[in-house]
Amino acid sequence: MSKPKVGFYWCASCGGCEEAVVDLAETILKVVDAVDIVFWPVALDFKRADVEAMENGALAVSFVNGAIRTSEQEEMAELLRAKSQLIVAFGSCSHLGGIPGLANLHHQAGIFRRVYQEAPSVVNPENTVPQWRTEVPEGTLTLPVFHDTVKSLDQTIDVDYYLPGCPPPVKLIVGAVMAILENRLPAKGAVLAPDIALCHECPRKDSKPEKLLIKEFKRPHEMLTDSRQCLLAQGLLCLGPATRSGCEAPCVGANMPCTGCLGPTSHVKDQGAKVLSALASILDSNDEEQIEARLDDIVDPVGTFYRYSLPASFLYAHPSANGGPQP
Amino acid sequence: MSRKIVIDPITRLEGHGKIDIFLNDAGNVERAYFQVPELRGFEKFAEGRPAEDMPQITSRICGVCPTAHHMAATKAVDDLYQVAPPPAAKKIRELVYSTFYVEDHALHFFFLGGPDFVVGPTAPKAERNILGVLGKVGLEIGKEVIGLRKELRDLISLAGGKVIHPVFGLPGGVSRALTEEDRQQFVAGAAHAVRFARFSLGIFNDVVLKNPKYVEWILSDTYTHKTYYMGLVDRNNRVNFYDGDLRVVGPDGREFVKFPARDYLQHVAEHVEPWSYIKFCYLKDVGWNGFNEGADSGVYGVAPLARLNAADGMATPEAQAAYEQFYQTLGGRPVHHTLANHWARLIELLHAAERMQELANDPEVASPEVRTIPRETPREGIGVVEAPRGTLFHHYQTDERGVITKANLIVATQNNAARIAMSVDKAARGLIHNGQVDDGILNLIEMAFRAYDPCHGCATHALPGQMPLLVSIYDPEHRLLRTVRRD
Ligand code: SF4
Ligand code: SF4
Repeated sequence: MSKPKVGFYWCASCGGCEEAVVDLAETILKVVDAVDIVFWPVALDFKRADVEAMENGALAVSFVNGAIRTSEQEEMAELLRAKSQLIVAFGSCSHLGGIPGLANLHHQAGIFRRVYQEAPSVVNPENTVPQWRTEVPEGTLTLPVFHDTVKSLDQTIDVDYYLPGCPPPVKLIVGAVMAILENRLPAKGAVLAPDIALCHECPRKDSKPEKLLIKEFKRPHEMLTDSRQCLLAQGLLCLGPATRSGCEAPCVGANMPCTGCLGPTSHVKDQGAKVLSALASILDSNDEEQIEARLDDIVDPVGTFYRYSLPASFLYAHPSANGGPQP
Repeated sequence: MSRKIVIDPITRLEGHGKIDIFLNDAGNVERAYFQVPELRGFEKFAEGRPAEDMPQITSRICGVCPTAHHMAATKAVDDLYQVAPPPAAKKIRELVYSTFYVEDHALHFFFLGGPDFVVGPTAPKAERNILGVLGKVGLEIGKEVIGLRKELRDLISLAGGKVIHPVFGLPGGVSRALTEEDRQQFVAGAAHAVRFARFSLGIFNDVVLKNPKYVEWILSDTYTHKTYYMGLVDRNNRVNFYDGDLRVVGPDGREFVKFPARDYLQHVAEHVEPWSYIKFCYLKDVGWNGFNEGADSGVYGVAPLARLNAADGMATPEAQAAYEQFYQTLGGRPVHHTLANHWARLIELLHAAERMQELANDPEVASPEVRTIPRETPREGIGVVEAPRGTLFHHYQTDERGVITKANLIVATQNNAARIAMSVDKAARGLIHNGQVDDGILNLIEMAFRAYDPCHGCATHALPGQMPLLVSIYDPEHRLLRTVRRD
């Protein structure tokens, strides 16, 4: 039997997902041996024309990381969709928009103004900003157009499965590859990670009180954190209850709260809304005003609750989708 | 009429460096442009975020060097809250940072830049990759590189939570103390790292320095620019990656200025061109005088060669000996030959490994005292580290709750951007004549660029050390005449 053909591709990504694949290749060469990696732009020969020449469905699976920001990335995503039996959105950016998706809080013009005109180190008396076409004495130079919004992969093409995480934990990547090889994938649209909250696999779960009640929220630098007790019980905004498990809580292991990179479980559509309701319910108060005041202590609710999922949220999806708020 | 050649790494459509070369009628180079076709705007969407989250948010600028951003941001929030971490916390940070340096520099030498030298700049492209390197130095060494990388990355996860996007930096310290057992693991890893660094320098000596042809390449005018250099130095003007003052030396090697990080705006400025998303740094005291070298141009270099040039020596003994040999061989300080970056990087690899060993052997890194609670009202904080690819500045302003109101980030490659642009232009002029463009020449041009290990989270961090290229040659009417692909 010939080995299944696999592709990796990156869109607007930090490169961390690629590094995760490299780390994986080093750890489990066996899995890598079982597939035929047909293209992986950062590591192997690859021509777009080669992919174009493939028959539709020639690739068993393509793993695509990074968010979608340019028309070129859109085109590439569509091409891969046509050539692949399965598309797996790999990593938070592809899955939910990721941290760079926080840029959806701003317009392109605001970003340009800050970066090229207002930044204190910039000296720019002529107010130059990058242009997608520039005439220089020798000819014409071009740059890709910078779009206003960041999109998750499934806001661009049909996605079969999701590998969550920033970057996805090695264990989940191995599990996904094995599931594909052994033909035991769940129903289309599934996130390839356990569908229970992170608290269930947290090393501190036994110290989480049955009925959690806290007086106020704290920030991690303001207190000496106990290295054994549940972080939420200590008043830290740990997103474990609203986040999917599968990572074995390395952040909690380093004594820091979970920031939610694996995204929500399938029972939750909007991770941030879920966090908010979870937090409101554990505040030790019945007084609405008091609850509100405590929630006001959270200095950045949007950036904290939607750290990785803003583009995919109801709140700040790309404006062409829902006319979301802009500054 | 002019022709245009575009060197565009096609396999990643955004985030690469891109090179456009214009030829004149005679087929010689009019000018080559180095462009960065990507911007994500972290400076803008940092606004509104809690300052203590910046170490984790800004690490997403780059998944290849997340530890550098994490550390610069952590130092900036120390400064923001005017808080000094306990000695153990400071040592843990530097220990992790040294570990990261070893891993990153080793990767570059064996996988990315090294193939040019170890295998040879004009060797067939199919051999100019990690496999070619292994062919030359033996398969066992490949296993050794992979094994070391894994051991060191596991150590970073141990202390930092995650190796790709660590979480342990906080204003006033680190989130988790190391146990004595953890420390012993670092001791073992450090011993391994030192052995490996010695061995890598040995390979460089045998394969590169004993080959007159390669030395000629390093010294050739095509790869030379006389510019200023910047780097962090300790109190004795020795190289330091984590802390110290910024020192700038002139093209003559003499100290031009030395300043604490908090004064960076007095000395460093950024110039904007309409044809690239990257901003070009220059020395404010000299001024922007275009893409030119010499004492009258504010263009400066950063990263390994620049750091060695900007310092009086290395802070560890074996690296110091290697430093002395470096300048003896290349004719004294400063060295202006861009390709010498590869050698300088290996000297730094040894420095990082020795520093890692010093710190791991210090029992204090296992002290439980790793946090100082900030008490001051935050307002403004600046943090600087030397990322493997050069000086990295993070600068935040906040409201009284410590929520970011303004952020300014100058990333490593930006400091080098003007010098990289000049190197590419000069290499193109020196190597393309009468319209002759082939695979070997393209690699020689690319070598000028790759010596800097430019970090756009780009294909230069690819495994085989090959940056895929598309060269399109256009006639005066912009009709495509010929395409040369190097995938
Ligand atoms: S998901 Fe995280 S690791 Fe992957 S590209 Fe996005 S920011 Fe980088
Ligand atoms: S603990 Fe939370 S933030 Fe950390 S890796 Fe797991 S899901 Fe992501």
